[in-house]
Amino acid sequence: MTNPLVISVKSLDKWFGKFHVLQNINLEVTQGEKIVICGPSGSGKSTLVRCLNRLEVHQKGTIVVNGIELKDNVKNVDSVRADVGMVFQHFNLFPHLTILENLTLAPIWVRKMNRKDAEEIAYHYLERVQIQEQAMKFPGQLSGGQQQRVAIARSLCMKPKIMLFDEPTSALDPEMVKEVLEVMVDLAKEGMTMIVVTHEMGFAKEVADRVIFMDYGKIIEENEPGPFFSDPQHDRTKLFLSQILI
Amino acid sequence: MEENKEEKSRIKIILKWLKDNLFYNPLSSFITILIIYGIINILIPSYQWLFVDSLLNGDAEACRKVEGACLAFLKEKTRYILLGMYPQDEHWRPVLNVFIYLALLVFSRDRSRWGKKLLGLWFFFGVFSFFLMRGGIFGLEFVETDKWSGLPLTLMLATVAITVSYPLGILLALGRRSKMGVVRLLSIGYIELIRGVPLISILFMSSVMFPLFLPKGIVINKLLRAQVAIIMFISAYMAEVIRGGLQAIPNGQYEASDSLGLNYFQKMRLVILPQALKIVIPPTVNTSISMFKDTSLVMIIALQDMMYTAKGAMSDPHWLGFSVEAYIFMAVLYFCFCFSLGKYSRRLEKELDTGLA
Repeated sequence: MTNPLVISVKSLDKWFGKFHVLQNINLEVTQGEKIVICGPSGSGKSTLVRCLNRLEVHQKGTIVVNGIELKDNVKNVDSVRADVGMVFQHFNLFPHLTILENLTLAPIWVRKMNRKDAEEIAYHYLERVQIQEQAMKFPGQLSGGQQQRVAIARSLCMKPKIMLFDEPTSALDPEMVKEVLEVMVDLAKEGMTMIVVTHEMGFAKEVADRVIFMDYGKIIEENEPGPFFSDPQHDRTKLFLSQILI
Repeated sequence: MEENKEEKSRIKIILKWLKDNLFYNPLSSFITILIIYGIINILIPSYQWLFVDSLLNGDAEACRKVEGACLAFLKEKTRYILLGMYPQDEHWRPVLNVFIYLALLVFSRDRSRWGKKLLGLWFFFGVFSFFLMRGGIFGLEFVETDKWSGLPLTLMLATVAITVSYPLGILLALGRRSKMGVVRLLSIGYIELIRGVPLISILFMSSVMFPLFLPKGIVINKLLRAQVAIIMFISAYMAEVIRGGLQAIPNGQYEASDSLGLNYFQKMRLVILPQALKIVIPPTVNTSISMFKDTSLVMIIALQDMMYTAKGAMSDPHWLGFSVEAYIFMAVLYFCFCFSLGKYSRRLEKELDTGLA
């Protein structure tokens, strides 16, 4: 591949107390690549993604994001985080701020943008996720699907180089999953580098360059979506796919 | 005819309301009657004591002859209770001081006025009112802090203590949750130490023990020492109240702020504290009210706050025996302040409600 490497994880190990939650993980992601991570709950997939912007601290191995190694240096960590967007299962919007303020907060304070420019960008992305008319409302007044779209827009306002999604549709009512996935598909088509933890296999088939299956803290299988779904190699992958693809 | 009908239906509605709410069944009827009986037994005698049998004009002798309240006593002593030992000719100064504080408090009620300017205003008028009371500047006669007394003293002690201890409490609360061991241990130590000791003993220490530790020749004003002692005391309580709010903020809020690249101070100032402080408005006001009343403890180190001057008024040999009037007057004054604080807190909660915790 000719695209530059944006994430490089080498022999990563992490423990929660005595529980070995990530075991010898190796992962390389190039710019523009879309990766879907799936696996049963407790397999460590969320933890892996959260390690990539140091919401979780790893104990062994190295993680390099955008050329910066994630270590204890707070400045480095903050600058990596500013360039890596993250979307959470439970949205985590700021309930005391309006939608617009949610979107402009980080650009104003982290990017030192002036309010007017920040609001312009905010409206641009609100339009893209199609909720510009809700800008003055508070998060509590929006539906789950709308909130998640706001959360995506909030990350995009920072013009991130990489977007991490940690089960973005798992907390949504079924009829709202589609509107969020559509936004994510659009984003993928524009060439954003994305790492998505999800059980939406339709999404994986449509946009992923690679699908990773994890279990017991290890990467069990890794392949392009075509062969991954039609011809899984590993027994555990087969079992998992048979369970969720019914 | 028409009007008569309307009248009748109105009476019907009232009767129905009475039946539904006050005389629903035998038990509720019984309780209603009992309460009405109690109210009558308290209100009528109080009314009689205060308005019918009371004496407004006259001396102590005349007062002792009547059954009711000796309003003449209050009439005579109100000025002393409110302003105490402050030199008579300069009484406009403490009165102006009280009005400055009340005006500041009323002005600050509106949330749209909160900001750096308001902070500056508070600072300016805080200093201004201090020099107004103290004098020795602008040709004002110098008045020792020992002579500051009554309502202005209470108001100053309480307002300064609460406004200064609030930010200190925030720092202590953040310190107690800090990842830095030393900061955390110091915060815990401070909070637990102060909370474990009664305010009276801290006041005593500030007034009796603390001067012993100072090098010879250095004297720190007693009022200042008391003020610092009260601030130290309230800060510890505020810290715990605010820590309760911090703990109520879900982890996701911290993670979302982190993931956007906000640093620690931005995260706390913009995301966590605005939510946490809102949650703890009721206990914060609770602490403030309780501390407002606790300032009356400074009388044990001979600072002449409102309670002290009231006691002074009672022990005037010419006017012995009217403590009930004095205490009720005090109660009414304290109630006015505390009640408005409580009312304001409820208004603030409503204003800050954004529909989702």
